[in-house]
Amino acid sequence: MANQAAARQAETAETVIQLADVNKWYGEFHALKDVSLTVKRGERVVVCGPSGSGKSTMIRCINRLEEHQRGSIVVDGIELTDNLKNIEAIRSEVGMVFQSFNLFPHLRVMDNLTLAPMWVRKMPKADAEEIAMEYLRRVRIPEQAYKFPGQLSGGQQQRVAIARALCMQPKIMLFDEPTSALDPEMIKEVLDVMIELAESGMTMIVVTHEMGFAKTVADTMVFMDAGEVVEIASPKVFFENPTSDRTKLFLSQILSH
Amino acid sequence: MAEMIAPTGDTAATAIERTAIAAETVGPPPTERIGALRWMRRNLFNSPFNSVLTLLALGLITYWGIGFFEWGILNAVWYTKDSNVCRQATGACWAVIVEKHRPMLFGLYPYEEHWRLVIALVVYLGTVSATLAPPFWKKQILVPMWIVSLAVMGTLMWGGIFGLTYVDASDWGGLPLTMVLFTGTLIFGFPIAILLALGRRSRLPAVKAISVTLIESMRGVPLITILFVAVNVFPLFLPEGMDINKMLRVVIGMAIFFACYQAEVIRGGLQAIPRGQYEAAEALGLSYWRMTYKIILPQALRICLPGIVNHIIAAFKNTSFVLIIGLFDILTATTSVMQDPLWRRYFVEAYLFVAAVYFIFCFALSKYSHQVERWLNEGRRF
Repeated sequence: MANQAAARQAETAETVIQLADVNKWYGEFHALKDVSLTVKRGERVVVCGPSGSGKSTMIRCINRLEEHQRGSIVVDGIELTDNLKNIEAIRSEVGMVFQSFNLFPHLRVMDNLTLAPMWVRKMPKADAEEIAMEYLRRVRIPEQAYKFPGQLSGGQQQRVAIARALCMQPKIMLFDEPTSALDPEMIKEVLDVMIELAESGMTMIVVTHEMGFAKTVADTMVFMDAGEVVEIASPKVFFENPTSDRTKLFLSQILSH
Repeated sequence: MAEMIAPTGDTAATAIERTAIAAETVGPPPTERIGALRWMRRNLFNSPFNSVLTLLALGLITYWGIGFFEWGILNAVWYTKDSNVCRQATGACWAVIVEKHRPMLFGLYPYEEHWRLVIALVVYLGTVSATLAPPFWKKQILVPMWIVSLAVMGTLMWGGIFGLTYVDASDWGGLPLTMVLFTGTLIFGFPIAILLALGRRSRLPAVKAISVTLIESMRGVPLITILFVAVNVFPLFLPEGMDINKMLRVVIGMAIFFACYQAEVIRGGLQAIPRGQYEAAEALGLSYWRMTYKIILPQALRICLPGIVNHIIAAFKNTSFVLIIGLFDILTATTSVMQDPLWRRYFVEAYLFVAAVYFIFCFALSKYSHQVERWLNEGRRF
């Protein structure tokens, strides 16, 4: 119910991410083919598709970890070009969570969290630590604040990574297969945190194979295959009545077990 | 929703609890009792061949040990002003060190001013020891401490003020000179090494080209050539009347040579950093220099610490190359002192002393680097 309310709100909200005919090649390989996508403030978009379909490449283009070669990407009113100032401005507004966590292993959890607020946002240390502690409580591991990442389990590390991104108080959160590197018993603790985040109204793009999660939180489902966006639909339509044969095939494979 | 939220699961703690429970029921792991005899049987006499080797080695060690003991201690002359006493003895003549230690340690520096060098060395060693201790690892402490002690050491060694007689840098010698060259090499060389290592991996073509050219050309040339160029050739290119201090030229030459080798070691460390670390730092909006300083370098330097220390030790010993440009470091000073016809036959003892000085510094460096690795490993596993 909360979802529908949010969806209605999203319809009237402003556009925060706009991809228009984005193309990208790796050498000869055409990784993204005319990808277009619009995300509104507060919208939760789940991107799925077979591996190698370009899902990760697409969201990595949004904060310029990958460079697109044709088309345009506008994030929060700023177009992504070679302009370093724009890139840094967008990156500080867009949080990202990686499949392999990518915590800084030489820094304690607390320092992982306060680093960017202190050096990018120029926040005083005490304030940054206060915010960090608050987000650690939200991801339910405040007691781990002064450990090193290597001393935590995978699920805990990923929750720290989510908290680290949130400490920059971003407007948008990108998740690149956040549970794919986790042992099965740890997936739920990470998904629970993400569900809570979704309920707080965060704009999210999530690349994932967790269809249960998608059904719970998504406002919009995006299916990609071979570098193309094949289908964009609401979860209800997507799971019950997909239009494309490729989507049907993918869903039958992924939901069969 | 509430029951969906997992309890604050510290899985590490629960794992410990689980092993604790297991330990109660199964008992502790079998402790190995290693007695001296058992250790010897396992490590020294575990096969006929190894037993023979062990006995052979023991025999040789005993033979040489006794020989050195007789020569170096039993029959040695420890103190005499008269070299004839040494001549009559069958053992070592350590008296040569007592007799000649001052020109060996302090070179050409005026004899009656040696006390200044002793104080300078004490200040230097104190500053270095403090620098190596973690409680001092703060900018607010390190920077003023080094400025003050460099000023004190400079005043003492040059003199010319406070009633101290002026001593030109070309008269510096012995251990203080070795320390000046070594410290200067590190202070100038290390930052250059880091910049070169980063430059070689830069995406900017000009920066990369400069780094590669410098590294490859410096590594292709012997240190002696670089010192010769710094001292004899470089001044020819300076405009008339302009002169850069010879000591400074030597130090900078050595520093650049050191930096070019060290840069390649550091580059090895940089290459070992996973791409994800760069991506995570970039995704947080950190600028290149912030990312490099806070995320990449601390990890890279840690990885290649053994290689870095290796080159630092080499740099310490490379200071002895200054003999070819007429500077008297501790080794060259000793060589020239040993020209004395009365004492020259005891050069072995003198060089053993110099070797011991080098060894103490290098061994301390190596031990310290192991300690640093232990500190860095504390509480971490990747």
